Amino acid sequence: MLKKFVLALALASVSPLVFTSTMALAQEPKMGGTINAVIQPEPPGLMLALVQNGPTQMVSGNIYEGLLRYSKTLEPQPGLAESWTISPDAKTYTFKLKQGVTWHDGKPFTAADVLFSIETLKITHARARNNLVQLDKVEAPDDYTVVFTLKQPFGPFIGIFEVGSMPIIPKHIYEGSDVKTNPANNTPIGTGPFMFKEWKKGSFIQLVKNPNYHVKGKPYIDGIYWQIIPDAAARSVAYETGKVDVLPGGSIENFDVPRVSKLPNTCVTGDGWEFFSPMAWMWLNNRTPVLANKKVRQAIMYAVDREFARDVIWNGLGKVATGPSSSAIKFYTDNVQKYPYDPAKAKALLKEAGYKGEKVRLMPLPYGETWSRWGEAVKQNLVDVGMNIETIATDVPGSNQKNSEWDYDISFTYLYQYGDPALGVGRNYVTSAIAKGQLFNNLEGYSNPEVDKLFEEGAVATPDSKRQEIYEKVQKILVEDVPVAWQLELQFPTITNCKIKNLITTGIGVNDGFRDAWIDK
Amino acid sequence: MLSFVAQRIVKGVFVLLAIIVMNFFLIRLAPGDPASVMAGEAGASDAQFVQQLREKFSLDKPLPEQLFIYVKGVVTLDLGFSFRQQMPVAKLIAERLPATLLLTLTAFGISLLLGITFGTLAARFAGTWADTAITVSALLFYATPIFWVALMSILLFSVYLGWLPSFGYETIGANYTGFAHVKDVALHLVMPAMTIGLFFMATYTRMTRASMLEVKRLDFVKTARAKGLRDSIIQRRHVLRNALLPVVTLAGVHSGTLVGGAVLTETVFAWPGIGRLLYEALLQRDYNLLLGVFVVCSAMVLIFNLVTDLVYRLVDPRIEFAS
Repeated sequence: MLKKFVLALALASVSPLVFTSTMALAQEPKMGGTINAVIQPEPPGLMLALVQNGPTQMVSGNIYEGLLRYSKTLEPQPGLAESWTISPDAKTYTFKLKQGVTWHDGKPFTAADVLFSIETLKITHARARNNLVQLDKVEAPDDYTVVFTLKQPFGPFIGIFEVGSMPIIPKHIYEGSDVKTNPANNTPIGTGPFMFKEWKKGSFIQLVKNPNYHVKGKPYIDGIYWQIIPDAAARSVAYETGKVDVLPGGSIENFDVPRVSKLPNTCVTGDGWEFFSPMAWMWLNNRTPVLANKKVRQAIMYAVDREFARDVIWNGLGKVATGPSSSAIKFYTDNVQKYPYDPAKAKALLKEAGYKGEKVRLMPLPYGETWSRWGEAVKQNLVDVGMNIETIATDVPGSNQKNSEWDYDISFTYLYQYGDPALGVGRNYVTSAIAKGQLFNNLEGYSNPEVDKLFEEGAVATPDSKRQEIYEKVQKILVEDVPVAWQLELQFPTITNCKIKNLITTGIGVNDGFRDAWIDK
Repeated sequence: MLSFVAQRIVKGVFVLLAIIVMNFFLIRLAPGDPASVMAGEAGASDAQFVQQLREKFSLDKPLPEQLFIYVKGVVTLDLGFSFRQQMPVAKLIAERLPATLLLTLTAFGISLLLGITFGTLAARFAGTWADTAITVSALLFYATPIFWVALMSILLFSVYLGWLPSFGYETIGANYTGFAHVKDVALHLVMPAMTIGLFFMATYTRMTRASMLEVKRLDFVKTARAKGLRDSIIQRRHVLRNALLPVVTLAGVHSGTLVGGAVLTETVFAWPGIGRLLYEALLQRDYNLLLGVFVVCSAMVLIFNLVTDLVYRLVDPRIEFAS
């Protein structure tokens, strides 16, 4: 490999023309072949308008499509819509749909499908419902035009059209039926580059190439086998023995990533998570007497060695978070108060706060070894500064229940940010999102009228420079107040056999389908 | 004998009902319900979403009503609908049962055959190096955790030697048919079956050896020797046959649990069986599926216990059926 590279460089220095043509040749996609990828856990269903968990998005992102896709810098790109315009008052979004697109059963795709999908998603897709909160009406003046009219400008609106957030489903299959129980959900029909072939429960899901895909020449590969392997160590071995070619982010335990990454002919990338920007933090229950005190919350930020967590527990992957927004999403600023690892300062703050060693419960995320170890490390950090920490062990349902019922003191989590603070950040801090019994909102119980007002203004402000100003302000306030203890911007590396090329081409990553991928045989 | 069997079946039905009711409440004691798990997985859960799920799964109804609906279903052989897998529970179990039976019966067969053989040999050559070798190996297999055996065998046979596939029931995408398919499945079966089999084999080896040594000392064996019978006949007809009773008892207990008892092995080897289904259902609080697997496993334990009682009669004609 290295020799070839050196040779290519040598040739290039002699003749730039030779180098260029060699590169062009190397980049020419080849047709055919099947990709074996790991999927875990087994998805509950593949109908993306009904089920939105990670594995479903990963498999069904090949079957269904959205109106838009997003580059790694989160710029919108054509999907089922080939062009779009936004009115000067930022209230009307007009999409021109691609013509000649057909569903997997051969029926034509039109604007009626988009309208039907929007109405369905409002009922079945919690996140889509939330994203469409500013939508006044959606109309189809002709078969290939869709016009969204908003009640007021909504900054993140152009960012809500990726396949997982707004999958387009076929009207002719679902119209007049109960979408939730339609038997067609077991054999999903989309417009995507791959078609559903077979699902052998507990073993694999097979997708095959859509020969009538609307992007000429794509997809390059003949099909995908999503293999269901429940044990993380067994997934590593499956890759190691060549039975699978793709380990999507999070497939194997973090401590195994460096070893597997060094295997011959293995390529690793952290790309493809820009849209989701997973951010890990610890909910701090602001309602408890100890954590209601801002100084204690700040002390926790100083007490926890986040560089250690990144370097040791996450094997150097990810970034230490500076505040509520991930650095990959819009309107991020690092011009905020900093919390370096400083146990002495943490102790001083705890003393100032009058902390007397009251017991504080810490609940690690029950998502496997990496998270357990992280919980242990944080516990040690907090004990070192004099806190009395009790670890609570639970499983996923137990953790969900305890969090949603606010029955915790400190609890680990990680959430997606969906490219814009109005979609994935505000929901964790505004007072209106405090609701017992629900996950993924303001679980910590932080309430600050100024923050509420800024998030409200930020969502509808125009132009972007105004939004930048508002979100910078709110980030400063939050970082000062520490409603939750931000830890790391996570990075889940996708590990592939290097013969798989062009797997990740957008900010949605593996969830955006394998339409550009090809195998270098 | 018929009335014995009939009585046992009637008793079994009541036991099964008691198991259903107990499990129904027991699994609901664990924190979290399927709606909270699915809301968590969806990454967005407003009140409407969670409520829709609870209504869909009938979790909004009072517990006694839910129990009544469930028991009514079981009586008509309807095990309900899996919340998570979006399929009827009976269909899911029926789909996975063959794989589990193939795995556990193979493991069971191997362990019984090898266990009794090694146990007999150890007893026959008690006190010699052969006995020591068998006893120490059996102790080793008995004491080693199953998951460790599984992972180490994957490392040795799949990663280093490349002889055996590390996971799954068959080679996905190969679409083998006929003998090639049988061979493919057999190759996939070797490691998981041996992993389970080694533990049980060790148990049967130790049990057979101990039991045979005990029977060997009894008077009727001395009588047989005094009669001038050949040693092989004494060992086989007199000693082994009597020594097998405790082994049959143990095998009877094991065989019932084998249906749902391969959780670890099926998970490590990605074997698409009932054990994995049970494990996943537990993590996802898939109540109906969990209960369904419990019902099937309990029924199996009851059936195997009945079969064990009947086998006693074959092994030892002196045992009579109390009616």
